[in-house]
Amino acid sequence: MNLEPVQSSNRVAGQNVGQNGGPLLAIRDLKVHFDLGGGTTWDKLVGGSPVKRTVKAVDGVTLDIARGETLGLVGESGCGKSTLGRAILRLTEPTSGQVLYHNRDLAHLSGRELREHRRHLQIIFQDPYASLNPRMTVGQIVGEPLETFRLAQGKAAEQRVQELLETVGLSRRFIKRYPHEFSGGQRQRIGIARALAVDPDFIVADEPISALDVSIQAQIMNLLERLQRQKNLTYLFISHDLRAIRHVSDRVAVMYLGKLVEVADAATIYREPLMPYTKALISAVPVPDPEVEAKRQRIVLEGDVPSPINPPQGCRFHTRCPFAIQACKEVVPQLVEIKPKHWAACIRISREQPHIENVVPGDAPGLRESNTSHYTSY
Amino acid sequence: MSSSNGNLLEIKDLRTYFELEEGTVKAVDGISFELKRGETLGIVGESGSGKSVTNLSIIRLIPSPPGKIVSGEIIFDGQDLLLLPESEVRKIRGRRIAMIFQDPMTSLNPFMKISGQLMEMTQLHLGYDSTRAYEHAVKMLETVGIPDARARVENYPHEFSGGMRQRVMIAMALSCEPELLIADEPTTALDVTIQAQILELIKGLKEQTGTSVILITHDLGVVAGMTDHLIVMYAGKVFEQAPTRELFAVPSNPYTKGLLRSVPDPLTEQGALYQIPGLPPDVAHLPPGCPFAPRCDRVQQICREEYPPFVQLNRDHHSLCHFAREIYNESVAERNVVPT
Repeated sequence: MNLEPVQSSNRVAGQNVGQNGGPLLAIRDLKVHFDLGGGTTWDKLVGGSPVKRTVKAVDGVTLDIARGETLGLVGESGCGKSTLGRAILRLTEPTSGQVLYHNRDLAHLSGRELREHRRHLQIIFQDPYASLNPRMTVGQIVGEPLETFRLAQGKAAEQRVQELLETVGLSRRFIKRYPHEFSGGQRQRIGIARALAVDPDFIVADEPISALDVSIQAQIMNLLERLQRQKNLTYLFISHDLRAIRHVSDRVAVMYLGKLVEVADAATIYREPLMPYTKALISAVPVPDPEVEAKRQRIVLEGDVPSPINPPQGCRFHTRCPFAIQACKEVVPQLVEIKPKHWAACIRISREQPHIENVVPGDAPGLRESNTSHYTSY
Repeated sequence: MSSSNGNLLEIKDLRTYFELEEGTVKAVDGISFELKRGETLGIVGESGSGKSVTNLSIIRLIPSPPGKIVSGEIIFDGQDLLLLPESEVRKIRGRRIAMIFQDPMTSLNPFMKISGQLMEMTQLHLGYDSTRAYEHAVKMLETVGIPDARARVENYPHEFSGGMRQRVMIAMALSCEPELLIADEPTTALDVTIQAQILELIKGLKEQTGTSVILITHDLGVVAGMTDHLIVMYAGKVFEQAPTRELFAVPSNPYTKGLLRSVPDPLTEQGALYQIPGLPPDVAHLPPGCPFAPRCDRVQQICREEYPPFVQLNRDHHSLCHFAREIYNESVAERNVVPT
């Protein structure tokens, strides 16, 4: 069993995706590009953009998600993490690539087949105020998936909704109430109950706690963890909150401008980040301990995240990277298994020299190594 | 100029209430604190705890009606702001007390160039002519680390990113070299790497100018590295007040302890996260005893019946709890057991 992202994107992977032993979900070179127009004769005539403009929100992501794990997907706003989550469920249409689940490619299913599979894949949204229909009762909201997939009707459906409400820590009496009668945390629980209604395998949790108060965040994280244990759920937990990600995740994938830049075990990536962006990201997290804060050396990055419209050439991080050299502007780094089960995309490090601080200035050991090593271990 | 005891700001028993249909909301209910020159004070609390209303009260920006500062004193540099006429307050607001808000997207005028918005400050408060104000605007943008400031000053707010807009806000706030800067959740809308930039910037500027800062946030991590003193608010009351290091080392209130334990520490391994049960209080309908009693894990009968005392634990450390002394002793004992 191997759960790492693989290098070669063109090979047909995922023989046993969704079966015992294999990953639950395998994402292969997934791309989501949004065309913003421009570049046509018409644009030139009316003074539009002379070049075609494309937002490469997700640009070639390859990743496996193991059954029962929580994979934390972290990155700053605009890095494409939500788009990736939505593309997996086909809520946003992928431009190319595969999403393998039970030997089927979700990215290319259509109609009834897609709907059949989607039942097992659910999502919890960030904003508990916008993701519940204000004109439906809690019973209708949580019961709707049961109806859609014809899982229960009438009394049985009501019974099931009440059970679901109790599962997420709400009173079964709430069934006739409307969303506006609840607080943010309670609404998020309703959203979770709705996702659970169809007994899914896999849930994309898209910033599920970002809109909540600190004390309520802990409640929702604990609830998600309990449900995972009880129902053997697999989560893709998307967040910009590095502390929450650290807490809930087994593995963490870091995204920057549409690409994964580092994937590793959660404890490892926080203790020993390898890729410069991850290093900066982790050093930027404020620690709730004044003693630690006083001693910490913080890496403060220059500038902002560049626009995802026509992003920088080469390594997309080179414009802000304190370690960037000329080659970084030219070569697109691949995810390489620098240490066992620890993947990073940076040409300035390699298996022999995993720590960028120790690499000779101007050297790019990753370039030499990528010619010789093969990543066929899938 | 400063008052005899070295305090730039003294808040005494401030009460700000809102008269709403469903009753009187005691958003801020009897809080007191002091801020010395050059110090940074952190105010931590969840939504509805009264932390923002406290600061809007200080600069007299409470919308009235429905809001009203019912009683208390706000002594800024020896003067009670609550006794001053509006025209005098205006001379202080923006000039001597400046404020940065949470949302840099909505705090700038979208129809005005950055130059105009920055010049307004110095022209109004310091009487600069337009040439001088313009030069000052450019200088301020440079100070807050905006590259190519002379060109950027001619841009409109929408041409800046979120982090850059927050820098513009800081530039604007610091234009008149205020003695007090109030930053209300200055980094909440920003990404972590940008948050780090802004916090470093505020820290650096504070060291250069000696401005006192009040930093309002819900993030215990942010205050840990930034502040000298800390106030924890809940339901319009100060629940705990102490020097920052002391508050983190020996928290002496069940709410503070719960809050500290419910934040995952990214540097350590930990099991299940502690959770404070229940919901933040409805400030319009508070229970008779301690407002935190319904959520407290060590609640006793007395907590439900009697309002807790504000116990002084040592010179600078206070906690609003019937059992403050016991919890303080427990925290001290815990700290001695666990080597840090």
